[in-house]
Amino acid sequence: MSGSLARIGAMTLRYCYLLRSSWPRLLELIYWPAMQMLVWGFLQLYLSENHSSLAMISETFVGAVLLWDVLFRGQLGFSISFMEEIWSRNIANLMISPLRPVELAASLMLISVVRLLIGMVPVSFFAFALFGFNIYGLGFALIAFFINLVLMAWAIGLAVCGLVLRFGMGAESLAWSLVILLLPLCCVYYPVWILPGWLQTISWSLSPTYVFEGLRAVMIDHVFRVDMMVKAALLNAVYLTLGLSTFVLLLRNARKRGALIAIGE
Amino acid sequence: MQPLTNALSTVQIRSALVPPPASAKQISSQDWPRREPAVTLENVVKDYKTCRALDNISLTIPQGATVGFVGRNGAGKTTTIFTIMGLIAPTSGRVTVFGHDMKREAYSVLHRMNFASPYMNMPARLSVRQNLRIFGQLYGLRDIKKRLAQLAHEFEIGDILDRTLGTLSAGQKTRVSLAKALLNEPDILLLDEPTASLDPDRSAWVHHRLETHRRRLGTTILLTSHNMAEIERLCDLVVVMRYGRIVEQGTVAELRYRYSATSLDDALMRI
Repeated sequence: MSGSLARIGAMTLRYCYLLRSSWPRLLELIYWPAMQMLVWGFLQLYLSENHSSLAMISETFVGAVLLWDVLFRGQLGFSISFMEEIWSRNIANLMISPLRPVELAASLMLISVVRLLIGMVPVSFFAFALFGFNIYGLGFALIAFFINLVLMAWAIGLAVCGLVLRFGMGAESLAWSLVILLLPLCCVYYPVWILPGWLQTISWSLSPTYVFEGLRAVMIDHVFRVDMMVKAALLNAVYLTLGLSTFVLLLRNARKRGALIAIGE
Repeated sequence: MQPLTNALSTVQIRSALVPPPASAKQISSQDWPRREPAVTLENVVKDYKTCRALDNISLTIPQGATVGFVGRNGAGKTTTIFTIMGLIAPTSGRVTVFGHDMKREAYSVLHRMNFASPYMNMPARLSVRQNLRIFGQLYGLRDIKKRLAQLAHEFEIGDILDRTLGTLSAGQKTRVSLAKALLNEPDILLLDEPTASLDPDRSAWVHHRLETHRRRLGTTILLTSHNMAEIERLCDLVVVMRYGRIVEQGTVAELRYRYSATSLDDALMRI
């Protein structure tokens, strides 16, 4: 077990070294969420000042954009860290070392949280300074939202990494595009009932939907929906199992195809 | 040709041994038949969509031997090395390392193995020290600092430890790659063209380092090379491959004798 922790620590350290080696990359972690937050923050300001009937709804925008970035950036932090191994043609070195696939996945999870915190904490302070939105005011709900979104981000990240192993670098754009599919389906900025019936079914099968509905419940109705968080957690357990299985199976498949040697070419 | 090839590929190396030339006497070849095998390949086949990369390879490599895999490009040398490491899963057949099946028990032996190749990189934006530290931790080293200091001295990389890997010359990268491969003092060291892209002086230096390491720890070394002088200098045993098959094997002296050749290069031309 201690050997396993040491290997997870080694890989996390490797990703931290990588982050530290490039200040533009560090800056980028903050830049994109900050731009998103500015756009939605000003839209919220405009709506609340000119359309008082929309004020209540628009107040959720900044919170929604911050939480969406937890899902989006969390997944990106996971997938991109993995792809760094492929871009630097280091994946074969890792696969002949005692590092197990599950340990690699665990280190990717850890670094995705590190990257998230680097990006999101400063942006949350900007949101408070510029628009008076205090996400920490959500209290325990914020922790529940964060955990559920991060779990889903890891599940998608694992599947993306598996697909990159299967289809090579041609599939790397999945790191950006796959999670975007969830943006309209998870009802980040609007309630689920606005969707057509059949799409609502799909929407309720996705764990982030419960988080964004939960956010609106807290901010508009001042109710923390525990039931929604439990459902989200259960769905996340399923998605994480699927994600990890996809990753391990496609890694095994890559060994069969001899793809681990040529994948960075 | 076919029956001969198959017959040869199933002959175990240790049964073909004769006393090695003076340059490879660090470990007595007389001991080999009694030694436990380090690596065993049993009827290994590797099929890709369009070709057969390994065709029924059987081989037993005794502990402490240095074995050179030679042959033209595409002969299956590197595929054999990668299959032994578990980086490529065979289509059929079995690979065992120290008695552990690499399909099911790879993680029981991977910490006792290591690999270096000029064609496989480590992260270029990390410093040499950072790279070696991470791999040291992955291989479960207890005192990484001390081991790094030893390797820095041994491989003359002390002055480049804090430089990023991407800024190093080919020769420096090779030294770092070898240092990484010896971090865990592996029982089995696999090398893919270890001196490709190095000048003769530096190649000789690498050979010396590998010989020293083997003498000190009795490491089993498996290497591929197109440099026959390198094979002659380092290897106790030579495996000649063609189209994914083993077509000949033996000591350098045996191969030269069998083909009335003046050098290994000459012998290979006649095989």
